[in-house]
Amino acid sequence: MDLTYTEEEREFRARLRAWLAKVLPELPARPSPDDWPGRRAHDTGWQRRLYDAGYAGLHWPLDAGGRGATPTQHLIFLEETERAGAPYVGANFVGLLHAGPTIAAEGTAAQRARWLPPVLRGDEVWCQGFSEPDAGSDLAALRTRAVRDGDDYVVTGSKIWTSHAEVADWCELLVRTGPAAPKHRGITWLAMPMDAPGITVRPLRTLAGSTEFAEVFLDEVRVPVANRVGDENDGWRVTMVTLSFERGTAFVGEVVACRRTLARLARAARASGRWDDPVLRRKLGRLYGEFGALWRLTQWNVSESQRSGGVPGTGGSVFKLAYSHARQELYDTAAEVLGADSLSLEEEWTADRLSSLSYTIAAGTSQIQRNIVAERILGLPKGR
Amino acid sequence: MDFQPTRDQRDLRAGVRELLAGRYGRDALRAAVDGGSAVDRELWRELGAAGFFALRLPEAEGGVGLGLPEAVLVFEEAGRALLPGPLVATHLAAGAVPGAAAGTAVVTAFDLGERGGPLVSYLAEADAVLGAAGLPPGEPVRSADPLTPLHRVTGGGPADVSAYREAGALLTAALQVGSALRTLELAVRYAGEREQFGQPIGAFQAVKHLCAGMLVRAEVARTAVYAAAVTAQAADAADGQAADGQDADGEAAEAAEAAEVAGEIAAAKLLADEAAVRNARDCLQVHGGMGFTWEADVHLHLKRAWVRAEQWVTAAEAEEALAAELSRTATGGEAR
Ligand SMILES: Cc1cc2nc3c(=O)[nH]c(=O)nc-3n(C[C@H](O)[C@H](O)[C@H](O)COP(=O)(O)OP(=O)(O)OC[C@H]3O[C@@H](n4cnc5c(N)ncnc54)[C@H](O)[C@@H]3O)c2cc1C
Repeated sequence: MDLTYTEEEREFRARLRAWLAKVLPELPARPSPDDWPGRRAHDTGWQRRLYDAGYAGLHWPLDAGGRGATPTQHLIFLEETERAGAPYVGANFVGLLHAGPTIAAEGTAAQRARWLPPVLRGDEVWCQGFSEPDAGSDLAALRTRAVRDGDDYVVTGSKIWTSHAEVADWCELLVRTGPAAPKHRGITWLAMPMDAPGITVRPLRTLAGSTEFAEVFLDEVRVPVANRVGDENDGWRVTMVTLSFERGTAFVGEVVACRRTLARLARAARASGRWDDPVLRRKLGRLYGEFGALWRLTQWNVSESQRSGGVPGTGGSVFKLAYSHARQELYDTAAEVLGADSLSLEEEWTADRLSSLSYTIAAGTSQIQRNIVAERILGLPKGR
Repeated sequence: MDFQPTRDQRDLRAGVRELLAGRYGRDALRAAVDGGSAVDRELWRELGAAGFFALRLPEAEGGVGLGLPEAVLVFEEAGRALLPGPLVATHLAAGAVPGAAAGTAVVTAFDLGERGGPLVSYLAEADAVLGAAGLPPGEPVRSADPLTPLHRVTGGGPADVSAYREAGALLTAALQVGSALRTLELAVRYAGEREQFGQPIGAFQAVKHLCAGMLVRAEVARTAVYAAAVTAQAADAADGQAADGQDADGEAAEAAEAAEVAGEIAAAKLLADEAAVRNARDCLQVHGGMGFTWEADVHLHLKRAWVRAEQWVTAAEAEEALAAELSRTATGGEAR
């Protein structure tokens, strides 16, 4: 068990740190949460800088346009960029963390060549059209229908909670192609161009007041058969590849961010005198311990995946359960530090507290994660 | 960075598990409970011969020459087997108290409650008390844990164990992690076997989710314990190298490192105590009425976990130590 970084890893960190120190001051401020075109331009502009400096798709395989970095180098990258206050992946999230890795793992050579380089360069933005009004946790119950017509699929149905739909160029779409087959075996994965006729995007307002996600209505949208990744009716397996990426390393930067938040919270509590309340102080101490342990668990999972040649282990669900709970606790504690001021939306932690409410829901609810842990890791029987 | 056990470390853990399964299986545990014999001298010597107590003593001093990362793996196994006796205190006494390293002496410590004493465990069984000149007089107290006899010391005053506090807390946390993983196993096994309403109770989500929560707690605590062992070991090694000719910067860096290690150990102890106690509670719940019996082992895990939670560093002390470390890193040095 070794927590020290190799000479090569230390050099990588030092180079990255120097580069960040140079470019970050030149960056424009992040646009307001409601300015979607502005946010897209900001996020993809950052991605372009990463690409030009050789940091785009670090952990992607070389033949997918990536840099073939080790999981540890990727960890260092996420840690350092977050620590330096670099922009979050933002609008590039689905392209870099879901759709891209799926295409890299399951796509043909032509599909990889078409879709991966624009993601890495920040030229194209993806969204994820999985959830439907009647298919959330039970994703395999999805009903959006795709019927083959010549070289196209004709797609009709609706998607919901689609993040970044308004500014996306592509949608990784799950559709039902085998209505008679058992539900997991009749699903197909398609790349749908968001400018195709028949697509209507209706933004949904979140409880934080911003429009982060949308409903997407599909009315006889034609998607070329060539845009299918994997076989027809094999989309569930293809999707599981994506979801394991989502639960693997998606939260590294956020753990670092939480530790920074906690430090600022401690400074605020000291300045206001709230630190002298032993109950609150001990709570902050406990959170410091928990986030320290979550960072160690991240390093543990990364080392495990490094040993297994880059495959994320089963630790993702365990991590997400512990992390999402701790993060909500962090912002509840922030509200205690602020007292009545926590009611003011002008306090930075109030907005963060509101968005933290989604952590136990998005990317698989905590209940679903517990089912996964109990059934797949602990081997408990499926319920009836 | 390669934060996973090496092959040697995995082999060591497997070896200890095998040794304890053969020498201190369930029958031996229950016989000890029924017989009220907390320390088996012969087993103690066997543990000594196997290197349990001399594990971290340098080879030049007749020890095994391994470090804290190996020690936490070994103690995790002892916690899993519910091995009784002052394991941590005797291990800490190796090299300082004659016979401790070989397991011919049983050594206890004033490690209970904030800053230690006046309750002390295994006083009647002990040959020495860590850091004390002799065995102090004490009155027996009826103990909640059948395998942790207690005395209330009536004279002599508690000996200072502050030099041992960090290692003691870390190794005790490792025992807790072993117990937390064991009660998880017991709960999962029972949930798969016991049937109600025509299906295994483990198919009910309420039971399933208790078990999932147990795994999350145990894994987070286990990583915290391993990481604390690795950082403490590295700090020790660095100390050894920079012994003399140190400038002010070097001293400040060393102090910062020491504070960081203290924080990691406090977190490990806090999370491990909680994992052991709460996993035992949930394991009890999964066992239903059976969980409330003397016959089931669950209560032995719970009671021992309660004892260990009071040893070396309590939850209140750990949280205060972590708050101090948060404050230090937030206002000056940066957290790693
Ligand atoms: C901020 C945010 C962004 C999102 N972005 C996207 C996106 O870009 N693309 C996309 O496709 N989706 C997205 N989602 C959707 C997300 O994946 C779903 O909300 C989530 O999977 C839950 O589905 P649901 O909302 O239908 O809730 P339901 O499935 O209806 O769940 C309601 C409640 O029932 C519980 N429940 C359901 N089934 C079970 C069960 N078997 N056992 C125990 N409890 C159960 C749930 O845990 C929950 O508490 C996003 C969601 C949020 C909050």
